[in-house]
Amino acid sequence: MTSRLRIVNGKVHDPANGIDGAVRDICIEDGRIVESVPEDTLHIDAAGMVVMPGGIDIHCHIAGPKVNLARKLQPEDHRRDPHPGTAFTRSGTGGTVPSTFATGYRYATLGYTTAMEAAVTPIGARHTLEELHDTPVIDKGFYVLLGNNIFLHRLLKEGRYEEFRQAVAWWLNSTKAYTTKLVNPGGDEPWKGRRNANVSDINEKSDVFDISPRQIIEAFVRTAAELRLPHPPHIHCNNLGHSGNYRTTLETMRTAGDQRLHIAHIQFHSYGGVPGKNPESRAAEIAEYINSHPNITCDVGQVMFGKSTIMTADAPLAYMLRGISKNKWVNADTECESGCGIVPFSYQEHVFVHALQWAIGLELFLLSEDPWRIILSTDHPNGGSFMSYPKLIRLLMDREFRREETGKVNRKAMNKCRLMDLDREYTLNEIAIITRAGPARALGLAHKGHLGPGADADITIYEEQEDRELMFSAPRYLIKSGKTIIRDHEFMHDHTGRLLHVAPAYDEAIAGTVRTFFEDYYSIEFENYAVNDHYLHDHEIVPTS
Amino acid sequence: MTPSNSDLEHFVAETMILIPGRSSKQGTSLNKGKLKEEYLEVTSTVEMNPDDMARLNLQDGDPVRLSNATGEAIVRCKGRKPGELPAGVLFIAYGPPSSRLMASDTAGSGMPLSKQMEVRVEKADGSPAENAETRLPNE
Amino acid sequence: MSENIQIVKNATCTFCGCVCDDMELTVDLDQKKITKAKNACVLGRAWFAEHGVSEGPAAAIDGREVPIEEAVEEAARVLARARFPITYGLSDTTCEAQRQAVAISDIIQGNVDTTTSVCHGPSGIAFQGVGESTMTLGEVKNRADFVMYWGGNPAESHPRHFTRYAVTPKGMYIPNGKKDRTVVLVDVRKTPSTPVADIFLLVKPGRDFELLWALRALVKGRRINPGIEAITGVSLETLTDLVERMKNCRYGVLFFGMGLTMTRGRHFNSGALLALATDLNEYTHFVAKPVRGHGNVTGADNVVSWQTGFPFGVNFSRGYPRFNPGEFTTVDTLSRGEADAALIVASDPASNFPRAATEHLRRIPVVTLDTKQTETTNLSHVVFTTATYGINTAGTVYRMDDVPITLRKAFDSPYPTDEEILTAIRKRVHELVLARRGATGARGEAKVAQRQPV
Repeated sequence: MTSRLRIVNGKVHDPANGIDGAVRDICIEDGRIVESVPEDTLHIDAAGMVVMPGGIDIHCHIAGPKVNLARKLQPEDHRRDPHPGTAFTRSGTGGTVPSTFATGYRYATLGYTTAMEAAVTPIGARHTLEELHDTPVIDKGFYVLLGNNIFLHRLLKEGRYEEFRQAVAWWLNSTKAYTTKLVNPGGDEPWKGRRNANVSDINEKSDVFDISPRQIIEAFVRTAAELRLPHPPHIHCNNLGHSGNYRTTLETMRTAGDQRLHIAHIQFHSYGGVPGKNPESRAAEIAEYINSHPNITCDVGQVMFGKSTIMTADAPLAYMLRGISKNKWVNADTECESGCGIVPFSYQEHVFVHALQWAIGLELFLLSEDPWRIILSTDHPNGGSFMSYPKLIRLLMDREFRREETGKVNRKAMNKCRLMDLDREYTLNEIAIITRAGPARALGLAHKGHLGPGADADITIYEEQEDRELMFSAPRYLIKSGKTIIRDHEFMHDHTGRLLHVAPAYDEAIAGTVRTFFEDYYSIEFENYAVNDHYLHDHEIVPTS
Repeated sequence: MTPSNSDLEHFVAETMILIPGRSSKQGTSLNKGKLKEEYLEVTSTVEMNPDDMARLNLQDGDPVRLSNATGEAIVRCKGRKPGELPAGVLFIAYGPPSSRLMASDTAGSGMPLSKQMEVRVEKADGSPAENAETRLPNE
Repeated sequence: MSENIQIVKNATCTFCGCVCDDMELTVDLDQKKITKAKNACVLGRAWFAEHGVSEGPAAAIDGREVPIEEAVEEAARVLARARFPITYGLSDTTCEAQRQAVAISDIIQGNVDTTTSVCHGPSGIAFQGVGESTMTLGEVKNRADFVMYWGGNPAESHPRHFTRYAVTPKGMYIPNGKKDRTVVLVDVRKTPSTPVADIFLLVKPGRDFELLWALRALVKGRRINPGIEAITGVSLETLTDLVERMKNCRYGVLFFGMGLTMTRGRHFNSGALLALATDLNEYTHFVAKPVRGHGNVTGADNVVSWQTGFPFGVNFSRGYPRFNPGEFTTVDTLSRGEADAALIVASDPASNFPRAATEHLRRIPVVTLDTKQTETTNLSHVVFTTATYGINTAGTVYRMDDVPITLRKAFDSPYPTDEEILTAIRKRVHELVLARRGATGARGEAKVAQRQPV
């Protein structure tokens, strides 16, 4: 049975198709946007409202072993924020690490229809897939952690690049991932094997593997290009959070040459100053590099004041932050693959460093010349909860509001950066780019982030309001895969979205090579490692181009 | 339960610490069935320090009453080698008998005190089968 | 033995938290039995050998055989109309079934708790206070040169823990296996595990907390009174030597068991141990791991956590999850006589719970799913005999270190799976609950969205 819908009278913002506020009809049939539908089709009257594609979160932490540890860690965070169930939606709890049902419903409540879990260990992929299956409404995918994979490091050290590439493709297929993720490449081994040490220089060769972070990054950049993955390697650079780290970030970006690379939460990697002392803003230098290098995309990782949770595969970073906050701390080593660290955290307006971090993120947005490539995120929940996106949007669109907020934070920090001089206000079109069209393009999702025929019918309809925070925090309608999930601010249906993943071709023989290593050093059987299709449910393979 | 006749040795009772826990035989026999003879027998055997047994006039296989404010259980005793089980410590494979000695107060934690329960230990009259307080394996 | 034999490789044993996935099962398909379980320990061999095809009806009400549909209807009726229904157990079934059980509890606005509350629940509570530095078991094999077991007897409870994971295996940086490791055991008595240890500490019963705290103090360079020996049974000299070894190892691991969680102090004991492991990270890389009992209790923790935010002892009476050990944990909800109906899945509380709890269980209507007859099935109003996970069903389980593993089926069972029964009950309770609230319109669409507190 065909299901059809038409949205009429709305002001459409579809930057990918050059539509900037024109009043247009949007026609939907069987979950896709189409050219036209019959006259008598059910319609939504969106007069006075803004119509955009559904939001896309390119970098968040919402499902999997690390997330669940952080969930279990903070009952106090959940207790304050219950999420009641309804006749057809499940209950849950919120805070900075919401339960899975609450996560999906709350993304939907903000008008988001796709989210990408940013860091999953291969051995934990099954767990992430189970949690994503219990995350309603949104389409989803995840990035698999391979940057500290011991077997891959060995191949690189031995110069076996061809096998490296096959193995990466094998791992992407075996985990049902969307792309490769690197976190503090080269930093795992010193942490686990050298009494909690770390790597700090992108050119530093570890004494165990005799390869440097730079060599690791180069190999992944090259492989992703050769495999023609829709999204390039997604990298959390070395030295996150350390004063002076902007040089590492520039070096990392230069390593890619003119090949595609995505820098995660780049705000945390934009600091000048001397290690061990207070940071300074280098947002201008970082923004300048990105503006002039079209092969680079990034998400900002904006800090928002209030509660957050640090959860990262950068285990040494989490331990360092724990030393500052003296709070409860989780560390979880994953054999042969990765690690993670979790620390409850909060950013406070009066603290110099936090205020400066907040300002640097905003500077990056305001200095960006290409909103397609400097994408909105808070690295949820590291910089702040995704529930703070509406407030962030208001900060970008409303200069007055931004000024007011700037007046409330640490004065010294404001004097140390250019934020107060930046007058720019983001337009609705630009917001549609940094939250929809830009991430879709960066991810290589041809059917998302726009409203042209053939696109997935993932559509958000906002009531136009002067208070942009209010506007973006409560869409009047949310349509997902052509179904009206939210109507007049109420949930009408439950829905389970699709898993998006890639399946690049590879030579089967590589499995045997991986197996030999695996049998010696892992603690489960090789035959039980790869994820079988039973975990896929509704899914879509995004083709390599 | 009053001791029979004038044998004063029957009055010897002491307070000891009971540790219920997993044992290999308990683990294998519970797979066969928790209502079956083997499991009930395994979980009705308390291991004791040999010096403690001597003091209480106990031989291997004698019936022993373990009791505390929560309840009581009649089980059979078995001696460990010297040095393995400290004086005053008892071990039993956990099951229905040991559960009868477990109080329900969890002190707000959800967990009842299931190990290191203080129990009164004394030789029991007759066999476990003859003692009316016990729920018998054959029931 | 018939000739219709199949070999199932890489099967998983779910008897204990080791969740060994290297089982090679010889299956007699005609007799529906596993005749051999290569690589299994003594407990695993018993697990596989004794779970053939069950006897008895697939469904019964008050001991009387009924069609499954009728039992599902009665179970749903009982649970939907209760004011404080509790769900308990869950640690010996698949995650797929666990997810259905939590869904049922959510819909009926009841309580959901797992065997964790009487196992490592205190460690979960301690985790919430202190955190945990931890690892997957392969890290122990590859890196650990210092391995300590506190309050457990793996030789009898987790027989392959030493040999498959933590003591004897050779690893990437441990080429000589046990010879490259220092093994320490702490317990109140000597057990079959003791011979494995290079160093054995006999601690006085009920004094683990004091001992752990003394170790923490020594790690932090504080002075300890030699009177510690009278309190704990362990000399200051032994403790000082131990701390030096811990600080100077390259990768230290602390496993711990019921000796800490089930004794006076409970979560304080676990918390002290977790804090000790954390403290040691100032000197070296140190991790800890609770040794979990049942095959999928870790899965239960994970499922309940991701669906509700809390690992166990969860209540939905107000329409959303609340957590409070002592209030919503099952020994308590039963002992205080608060529960007025119970759904027990893959567990036998009637055998192992305190008497006040089991007596109350006899007073309320109980729905039980289990593979065999137990004390709990004997007292239940509705009983479903279900297929055994990892033998008759596939599905997902989590090993004690949170590694998720997919089970393989050995042979078919005529009995339904826990997942199938729970899914049927879930659908039916949902209909009953909606009907009760007058919440469905003519076309079955939801009219009343909001739930009311019970």
